[in-house]
Amino acid sequence: MKVKVLFFAGLREQLGTAAEEIELPAGVNTVAALRSHLLGRGEKWKSALGEARLVRTAVNQDMVQAAARIKAGDEVAFFPPVTGG
Amino acid sequence: MKVSVQTEDFDLSTEVKNLAGKNGNVGAVASFVGVVREVAMTLEHYPTMTEAAIRKIVEEAKSRWQVMDCTVIHRFGELKPSDQIVLVAVASAHRGDAFAACEFIMDYLKTRAPFWKKEHRAEGARWVEARASDDDAAERWAGKGR
Repeated sequence: MKVKVLFFAGLREQLGTAAEEIELPAGVNTVAALRSHLLGRGEKWKSALGEARLVRTAVNQDMVQAAARIKAGDEVAFFPPVTGG
Repeated sequence: MKVSVQTEDFDLSTEVKNLAGKNGNVGAVASFVGVVREVAMTLEHYPTMTEAAIRKIVEEAKSRWQVMDCTVIHRFGELKPSDQIVLVAVASAHRGDAFAACEFIMDYLKTRAPFWKKEHRAEGARWVEARASDDDAAERWAGKGR
C-alpha cells in the first residue's frame, strides 16, 4: 500500500525531504513499523529516526502513539516534540 | 470560537472587545500574550493540522470550564524580539473559569499544537528543544475542571 509521509522542522532538514509517497511492504501497518522500515534506508535515517530520538507522529493530522494503525492513502507525519506558544 | 494561524500581528484590545461585546452574560475575559524574547526566530507549523489541533484543545477546555467564547491566534514565519507570538483570550461569566481555561489552553498548546521554533543566534540557527517542564505543565491539568 501507498502512504504519504511528511517530515517537519529539524527532521525535515536532517533528512532533506519534506514529503514523499512511499510504497510499503506487506505487514508494515503501524506507525512504529513504518518508522522501523524507514530506518532501513541508511545512516542518515537511523540518526534522525532511531530509538534514541524523541519523535512525535500524526496520522491524518491527528497526533497518535506509535502503535496506531495506518492504511493505504493515509498521511503520516513525523516531527520533533512541538515548541510553539 | 475564533482560531487563526497567521503571519500578521494582532491587537489584544480589539480581540478582547470582540469577545466581550458579543454576549451580555460575559463578565470576565482572561487573556495571555506570548512574546519573543531577545532572539529572532522562524516559526514553522503543519498547515493542515494546526488549526484543527487548536480547536480540539479549546473544545477540551469548554468541556472542563464554563467558557462562553474563546479566541486563539498563533503566528508563524519570521518573528523579531518583542514581537507577539500567540494570543489566548477566554470569555466567561466569572473570572475563575476564564483564568483556568486560558492557562489550560496555553499549556496544552505548548505540547499539542504542531509548531516548531528555530532561533537565529549569532553563532548560528538552531531548533529549540522541547522542555520537560512544558509536559509537566500540561499534565497537571489531569482531572481538573468539571
